[in-house]
Amino acid sequence: MRRSTALRRIIPVIAVGALVLAACGSDDDASGSADGTLAPTDTGSGDTAPTDTDPGDTDSGAGDCSSTIDDGVLTIATGEPAFYPWVIDDAPESGEGFEAALALAVAAEMGYEGDAVVWTRTTFDEAIQPGAKSFDMNLQQYTITPERAENIDFSLPYFTSNQAIVALVGSSAEGATTIADLKDVKFGAQVGTTSLAFITDVIQPTQEPFVYDDNVGAKAALEANQIDAAVFDLPTALFVSGVEIEGSAVVGQFPADAGGTTDQFGFVLEKDSALTACVDAAITTLTDNGELDAITQEWLSDFTGAPVITVE
Amino acid sequence: MSDRPTRRERYERARRRRSVAIATVSTIVVVGASIVLIPLTPGWDRVRQAFFDGDVFLDTFPGLLGAFWLDVKILLWSTPFILAVSLLIALARNTRSPALFPLRAFAVIYTDVLRGIPVILLVFLIGFGVPALGLSRTWANPLIWGSVTLVLSYSAYTAEIIRAGIEAVHESQRAGARSLGMTSSQTMRTIVLPQAFRKIVPPLMNTFVSLQKDVALVSLIGPVEILRQAGIDKATYANFTPYVAASLIFLALTIPCTRLADWALARQRARTGATTIA
Repeated sequence: MRRSTALRRIIPVIAVGALVLAACGSDDDASGSADGTLAPTDTGSGDTAPTDTDPGDTDSGAGDCSSTIDDGVLTIATGEPAFYPWVIDDAPESGEGFEAALALAVAAEMGYEGDAVVWTRTTFDEAIQPGAKSFDMNLQQYTITPERAENIDFSLPYFTSNQAIVALVGSSAEGATTIADLKDVKFGAQVGTTSLAFITDVIQPTQEPFVYDDNVGAKAALEANQIDAAVFDLPTALFVSGVEIEGSAVVGQFPADAGGTTDQFGFVLEKDSALTACVDAAITTLTDNGELDAITQEWLSDFTGAPVITVE
Repeated sequence: MSDRPTRRERYERARRRRSVAIATVSTIVVVGASIVLIPLTPGWDRVRQAFFDGDVFLDTFPGLLGAFWLDVKILLWSTPFILAVSLLIALARNTRSPALFPLRAFAVIYTDVLRGIPVILLVFLIGFGVPALGLSRTWANPLIWGSVTLVLSYSAYTAEIIRAGIEAVHESQRAGARSLGMTSSQTMRTIVLPQAFRKIVPPLMNTFVSLQKDVALVSLIGPVEILRQAGIDKATYANFTPYVAASLIFLALTIPCTRLADWALARQRARTGATTIA
């Protein structure tokens, strides 16, 4: 009696187990063959090295600028909210702020102006999730990394930023001039940023850093005396210390060769998007004719000055 | 007694065999159809790449497991406090003396307010708000205030469960105990609470499973536990596989607990003599 009850319970479990095992087996096979077929495409499009755009691609890409998600309209996404100084007053339509101005300039190069440019908002996750995208291109200070490029397309970089440290006046991070001075500092950073990777990989503090959903969390933690200092990209750091957190200052910035990931920002596009080459061509043009420099000067010139911290 | 099965036993055995056969076939059909049909969907390749990347899984799993230890620690030190506070609140709410009305009112407000605010908001409010009053670095630690938040929120839930358990003990039990000369507190301690706790084991386990997952909310105020580590890994690889890995790690803790809760429920049903109707 007992045994058969136990048996009755177990048989469906065994059946499921067998099926799952079978599924895993076939899954492995499938992924094996899929990897095999996908690999050539990956290397072909050269996603891991966004700087490799051969001229042939650029030409054909420029002709490809029409394949947007909505015909005749270029949909550009940014963060919700979009932060100063990248977008002024959370209103990218105005073209005010570095990323807003840049996006409109790139769009114009691609042949989209005025009503032909539509703005939308996404989170980081929405930009990388599989399936149809709600945008043609997305910019919210996405750092270009090879790992990310496995799943999404990046344009050529449009900005290179240094990492910088913000601390409250009187904190243990104040006055630091070398990385050695920062070993015992309790750090905070925003999740998913290269700032966090910079803390763990380059500064390597003795205390584990705290991590927040956004800069607002890092700010609250500074004010709550839970961390000594937070790491941001330099323009954000200058804005945070100058406007958002009273009594804080930028302790210093790290030189671009400090190690870690070089913080180069690029547009995010759907993996293997036909538009990527077209965006690259636009950025190349803007770089060559000096317009990118002019936009950077106009919107970020106030956001580059800070003492340099050396790596030794 | 002969060894030959009775007609009734033969009939029941046949019914059981039929149940097993039907369960097996329906399981095979459902699971088999899922395995065959899902990969046929147009987005499957993309989903598999984004959610089930073997390399990303192997790279991130050890780190996630290490980060999960922090969740377990928070869970372990919060649970005794939750039980203690919730018991006090439930008892306060159960006092009957008119002079203790303020205590009862406090217990009602405590459960209403703390149960009514989403845990995620409480974590922010208490985790950043209290330390900002000017606490020293040691006492400003988000682990402390994150745990305090969990204790406040979950003790409000648990107090209501305990109260329900106390009220489910028949009034005649109290009356009997008092008529034997027991004091009010003796009655509560030795007669009511033991019976009440026996009744509420299943809902308590349920709440415990829920707590196991909500521990991850402490990450919102800084500490890097498994949910946060998965978020960091997700952003590093632009791939959701770390979330799948973290889910599996959570399941390894929550499934045994839910099974245990089911077992407790079944045992209680058997003891109270209720029959199972299929």
